[in-house]
Amino acid sequence: MTKKILLAGAALLSLGVASAAQAGPTVDAIRQKGFIQCGSNTGLAGFGNPDSAGNWKGLDVDYCRAYAAAVLGDASKVRFTPLSAQQRFTALQSGEVDVLARNTTATLTRDTSLGLEFAPVNFYDGQGFMVQKSLNVTSAKQLAGATVCVQPGTTTELNLADFFRANNMQFTPVVIESQDEVVSAYFSGRCDVYTTDASGLAGTRASVAPKPEDHVILPELISKEPLAPAVRQGDPQWKDIVTWVHYAMLEAEEKGITQANVDQMMTSADPTVQRILGVTGEMGKALGLDNKWAYNVIKAVGNYGEVFERNVGAQTPLRLERGLNALWTKGGLQYGQPVR
Amino acid sequence: MAIDVRREVPAPRARGSFLSDPKFRSVLYQVLVVGGVILVGWYLVNNTLSNLARQNIATGFGFLGRESSFAIGEHMISYSAADSYGRAILVGILNTIKVSLLGIVAATVLGTIVGIARLSSNWLVRKLALVYVEALRNVPLLLQLFLWYAVITESLPGPRQALQPVEGVFLSNRGFKIPTPSDHPAWDAALLAFLLALVISWIVQRRSAALQARTGRRLPVGIITAGLVIGLPLLTWGGFGAPLVFDVPRLQGFNFVGGATLTPEFAAMLIGLTTYTAAFIAEIVRSGIQAVSWGQTEAASALGLRPGLTLRLVVLPQALRVIIPPLTSQYLNLTKNSSLAVAIGYADLVSVLNTSINQTGQAIEGVALIMACFLTISLGISIFMNWYNKRIALVER
Ligand SMILES: N[C@@H](CCC(=O)N[C@@H](CS)C(=O)NCC(=O)O)C(=O)O
Repeated sequence: MTKKILLAGAALLSLGVASAAQAGPTVDAIRQKGFIQCGSNTGLAGFGNPDSAGNWKGLDVDYCRAYAAAVLGDASKVRFTPLSAQQRFTALQSGEVDVLARNTTATLTRDTSLGLEFAPVNFYDGQGFMVQKSLNVTSAKQLAGATVCVQPGTTTELNLADFFRANNMQFTPVVIESQDEVVSAYFSGRCDVYTTDASGLAGTRASVAPKPEDHVILPELISKEPLAPAVRQGDPQWKDIVTWVHYAMLEAEEKGITQANVDQMMTSADPTVQRILGVTGEMGKALGLDNKWAYNVIKAVGNYGEVFERNVGAQTPLRLERGLNALWTKGGLQYGQPVR
Repeated sequence: MAIDVRREVPAPRARGSFLSDPKFRSVLYQVLVVGGVILVGWYLVNNTLSNLARQNIATGFGFLGRESSFAIGEHMISYSAADSYGRAILVGILNTIKVSLLGIVAATVLGTIVGIARLSSNWLVRKLALVYVEALRNVPLLLQLFLWYAVITESLPGPRQALQPVEGVFLSNRGFKIPTPSDHPAWDAALLAFLLALVISWIVQRRSAALQARTGRRLPVGIITAGLVIGLPLLTWGGFGAPLVFDVPRLQGFNFVGGATLTPEFAAMLIGLTTYTAAFIAEIVRSGIQAVSWGQTEAASALGLRPGLTLRLVVLPQALRVIIPPLTSQYLNLTKNSSLAVAIGYADLVSVLNTSINQTGQAIEGVALIMACFLTISLGISIFMNWYNKRIALVER
């Protein structure tokens, strides 16, 4: 009896290990299952948020669609796993998701000790503070003694402590894991201040606040938050794809290729445009993809500027400026490397 | 099944094969099982380590000495973001112990009252106790915690409009603020006097018991104890000139400063754990009392004991023997349930270690620490309760 159980156990174990060891490059696995599993936010307006009909919307979400368009030629072949700040890295490490596109700040510690690799930054952000307007606070330097709501496992939590330490001020943190709970603690008045990435503040104020006009976002940004998609270490091909999808979207914006005109652009005489859209050259093949990869991306989600405007731009409730996220030609930091 | 080898009759070696020797076989099986377990364990550890190394994920406990860089809202020992992960975890452990111990005491008191009420001869009291038990033990604890937390944070006013039921005591959505004695030798002396009073009361209690055993008379222990515990500290304090030096909470900027705070997170945890566990304890107390045969109560009243005394001197001491083992389980449950704190932002062990795991990426070490800490706390409770169980069992005649 004991022996039988042991044998069965050993068999089970070796099975589990065998499949883990043989799991090939991510792209093969994606092609085989027919969709990309994308680690997303549990609900942050503008970045990753399921609407009332269950359709995911947001900048990070569009990136996942873009990867699906590039690899599978179909932007709808993507499934989303909502992840809290605490769950996200384990989910990526364990292979539960293929890519983590969830407003995640690239930092040295994360890059070196979590077994992951960051793709280029798809949103340059900084950490801000939101306070109740009735408190008449105009600067973060006036926050001494305040109670601050924050989510654990974030860079936010660390920057917050740094900021108060550097300015020799005291504060009381209220640390709650779930985004819904921490935000409702702030809106119920448990905290004077809610802090997170400025984009997140805008999203929360626009979509969750009972009365958005009762809350002000203070002018100071206390940190750099380069938000970047991440993949597991050890699969250079997949990392390249995630990287170059971003650059292709930037190049497309620079060259004026949009979701609407991408079909006309196929006949463009500009050799750069031809290379991006796969009319000439073998850019896709070099990535292990179809040469139409970037065409598919732009057809599905548009160029970077379009993705930005659609999800977080001036016409959305978040009303964010391009700012640092403008193209380098317009004074921003978004600089697409040449697709050639 | 292991066979007791010493009582074995020499086995007939009929077919000569050593495989049919039961003694040999029993040893062989045990060696195989232990070997198998060790092998599987070694395999898992080895596999995990090499996988982590392959994926470039950091391992080891070196992070415990590094600066944590995150703040914790509630700490019993001094702590700041400049302290180490190790100290942060210690803060979490102490917070877990604090809420568990207070919860255990409060749940025991409340549970005993409700359990006795379940058997009350008063119909209304009996039914109310029943409703309490059924309502609380059938709703998931997590929901109850969310509810308590929401009740506290949503229904109480902000600090600037804080309620002030008594001078110097404030109730707001930042918690319950009370004045504390500020640094003054009079308070320290009074505290010492209080401890001394406890010791003397204990001696008096033993004397009284001895006296009763010899002569049947008792000293008025209740009055003596009350007099000592209240009077002695009061007199000492008076001896210092009765200085009224308090650290009274006052509004400054965003919040109150000074005094002591009962935070909404801690309060919600304590109320939630207490009321939930008390429902289970009530049932244990009720069944324990019912397990004491009715004849005992009848005999006691035949001797002229009043119902209250019957319960205290005859029924409860016997019921305890039935109550203690399942009660121990409830204490352990309460302690483990305290890990739900992470949902409402109380900085318990799990919450602090979750954050540490996320900031360092060392999930395996972190989870191992969580398990080790809970195991230690739980074993501590078990050992104490087992000791207590033995002690009351010895009284049996
Ligand atoms: N960029 C920061 C913060 C990211 C983060 O988790 N932000 C919060 C607040 S905007 C969030 O997205 N929460 C949503 C959730 O937990 O699903 C980081 O990478 O640590």
